[in-house]
Amino acid sequence: MAEKWDKHRFEMRLVNPSNKRKFEVIVVGTGLAGASAAASLAELGYQVKVFCFQDSPRRAHSISAQGGINAAKNYPNDGDGVWRLFYDTIKGGDFRSREANVYRLAQVSNFIIDQCVAQGVPFAREYGGYLTNRSFGGAQVSRTFYARGQTGQQVLLGAYQALCRQIAGGNIKMYSRTEMLDLVLVNGHAKGIVVRDLVTGKISSHAADAVVLATGGYANVFYLSTNAIGCNVTATYRAYKKGALFANPCFTQIHPTCIPVTGDHQSKLTLMSESLRNDGRIWVPKKKEDRRAPAEIPENERDYFLERKYPSFGNLAPRDIASRSVKEVCDEGRGVGPSTGLRAGESGRGVYLDFSEAIQRLGAAALRERYGNLFDMYGKITGENPYKAPMRIYPAAHYTMGGLWVDYNLMSNIPGLHVIGEANFSDHGANRLGASALMQGLADGYFILPYTLSHYFAATAKSKPGADSPEFKKAEVDAAERVKRLLSIKGKRTVTSFHKELGDLVWEHCGMARNAAGLKKALERIPALREEFWKNVNVLGENEALNPALERAGRVADFMEFAELLCQDALHREESCGGHFREEYHTPDGEAQRNDEKFSYVAAWEFQGDGKSPALHKEPLTFENVQLAQRSYK
Amino acid sequence: MNLKLRVWRQKNPSDKGRVMEYEAKNISPNMSFLEMLDVVNEGLTQKNEEPIAFDHDCREGICGTCSLMINGIAHGPERGTAACQLHMRHFKDGDTITIEPWRAKAFPVIKDLVVDRSAFDRIIQAGGFVSVNTGSAPDANTLLVAKDKAELAMDAAACIGCGACVASCKNASAMLFVAAKVSHLSLLPQGALEKEKRVKNMVAQMDKEGFGGCTNQYECQAVCPKEINVAFIAKMNREYLTAKT
Repeated sequence: MAEKWDKHRFEMRLVNPSNKRKFEVIVVGTGLAGASAAASLAELGYQVKVFCFQDSPRRAHSISAQGGINAAKNYPNDGDGVWRLFYDTIKGGDFRSREANVYRLAQVSNFIIDQCVAQGVPFAREYGGYLTNRSFGGAQVSRTFYARGQTGQQVLLGAYQALCRQIAGGNIKMYSRTEMLDLVLVNGHAKGIVVRDLVTGKISSHAADAVVLATGGYANVFYLSTNAIGCNVTATYRAYKKGALFANPCFTQIHPTCIPVTGDHQSKLTLMSESLRNDGRIWVPKKKEDRRAPAEIPENERDYFLERKYPSFGNLAPRDIASRSVKEVCDEGRGVGPSTGLRAGESGRGVYLDFSEAIQRLGAAALRERYGNLFDMYGKITGENPYKAPMRIYPAAHYTMGGLWVDYNLMSNIPGLHVIGEANFSDHGANRLGASALMQGLADGYFILPYTLSHYFAATAKSKPGADSPEFKKAEVDAAERVKRLLSIKGKRTVTSFHKELGDLVWEHCGMARNAAGLKKALERIPALREEFWKNVNVLGENEALNPALERAGRVADFMEFAELLCQDALHREESCGGHFREEYHTPDGEAQRNDEKFSYVAAWEFQGDGKSPALHKEPLTFENVQLAQRSYK
Repeated sequence: MNLKLRVWRQKNPSDKGRVMEYEAKNISPNMSFLEMLDVVNEGLTQKNEEPIAFDHDCREGICGTCSLMINGIAHGPERGTAACQLHMRHFKDGDTITIEPWRAKAFPVIKDLVVDRSAFDRIIQAGGFVSVNTGSAPDANTLLVAKDKAELAMDAAACIGCGACVASCKNASAMLFVAAKVSHLSLLPQGALEKEKRVKNMVAQMDKEGFGGCTNQYECQAVCPKEINVAFIAKMNREYLTAKT
């Protein structure tokens, strides 16, 4: 395993430098994965076209990542290394990811930090000028590099600047405010996309030698999530409908520390970085319905439940485990904060994240330096001062481990279609560890795809169809008809009201805890809701101008179909693992109970046609280097 | 609370545009400003009136997409706050709120409150980067950066590229935006090698895009959601004047 990537790199075929400029690549999405891949491919000499729906490639949602990025540098001399990062990630993912992929991720992690620093990413430093680290959930070493609470912003700007340099050099053509509506296959190979210019409404085709999707995750299927409002499943779902396998959609991550819901108006939830759990202690009152102010509850009447249940990891237990524990204490009636009485199972829910001890130990100034912007953000949203009173937090949908199925080369089952970053399923198994999303996005973009894509070009007969070939024309007509249909319904309900209803349904039955009866109910109700959507949605305005409601309608329409696939996968996986917790399968002390005999595989779903059940393909997971064990953080 | 909104509506870039009045009813103080607009838009849609177009995405103050002039102040009345992080508890029942797009020659209006800020991208393309290819970086710790320098570079790098600095400036100057990027990179040893070429090219592009010059009013710092310091403008001017190329 340790030599696999080196050996594979040697065996892969190369494209000679003067031939590279004859190949054209389409990259959709400009987050960490997309921007880093596009820049790196352009540096190699390929002709790259890049698309994003935002007004600028600098705004992709990677920018919101707060806490940090992992690497196996072992600068703190605390026993880290490639093997330990690999093991923590495999175990953190509850043994549902591929050994070889994860090992490679750990191997290239160190180069990412080098690359970011060379680009001018201002990571935090010690007085001697050396880089400093902090720790994150699921690890007992400090391996996380950070730039205040804005690490995602800084590493994304690094990649964006590399992208800009290639745009200036004429190697990248950038299309902002342009949304991919379909993938186009010619003779079974991915050869281009159909896009809609969001300002003019013009639908057009772009042909290339290969297509790379770096379009992020689908957590907005829950309506309320920590994702940006624009995040959507459309690109990957459209690829699925063209034959790409969708793997492990039910592996969704609920992040334990988000600001609780305050009312029906809520449009999104805001994450409070996991890094806060380095210094913040999570607790609830021991008594039920204890309405006293936190300062009035004496120490011996508080339950620091993560420290109690998981003494060796304490407040830094992995996300899935921490989220479930928070839900548990709230289900017991020990949650804190005002009751909103809104969303099912979420009324007035929260636990304290308390910094008073750290403030006493280190001083408020030290905390301000570490987490200043997070404390400010909390203050702005809640109107409360976290330096004085503990934060209140509750889990929220945050990240999706599932995604399009890819092989070791990050290519889907459709030749030429490569999928990177959160959009693929590859490295995080059933649960992602904190500070590993930035690592994976940049690993894929900087250090894996540039090699594997070259191999695809070298090993495949070159053929680039024209964007006027019949396959493209048909996809254009389909996309235009869909837009026309959305605008012509003129029903009674807004797009948002449908999205909200879908999100409530999916959160209730396929959120933090799932069971067969609930999932079956969701699977009954989703098609009915979808039918109503196509009869009763009201999308105003026109196609030939900027029309945010129309954009959103298209995305929600795809979520309406995708939600069914998500629930189907959750229903079929009769075990609990990572973020997928089936109430029927747990250990006597309430922890997730995997079933390795039956479910140690990747579930990859193949579209069979509208209204038909998708076909399940199983990729068995074999573990030759680690011992399968029940995850223990006690 | 109930509010009266005066909102700039403009169908497309060639439309003249006008201020329209709307009621915002039953607004909770816990809503963000954008969530208040969501409520108004839901109401408009139900009345078959086209919703107000405005730019937004992350809604947590970091992507830099939101761009509203609220009662004449870019991002509204709260210091160091993007419009998406501005909450309605800062307004009171019966208030009239005027909402306009960023106004600058270099930021043409696309529709309603949405403007085209691609000029910022072109300024970065003119030199706002370190010329390093993937794969050629040495071990990260071979490059030492003094802690105070790294912190100062981070202060500049915190810019979210929203354009509030331009919108608030009577000259529609982009100096704070450009100075933030110039300073972030020139403060670090990685970026110092190219600093002369960088500042010249970025300033030239800024002028070409039609942004005005700085006349030291510091409106930009006052509205910047990341509170970027105008001292970076002085630093950029100095670099510009001493650059040899």
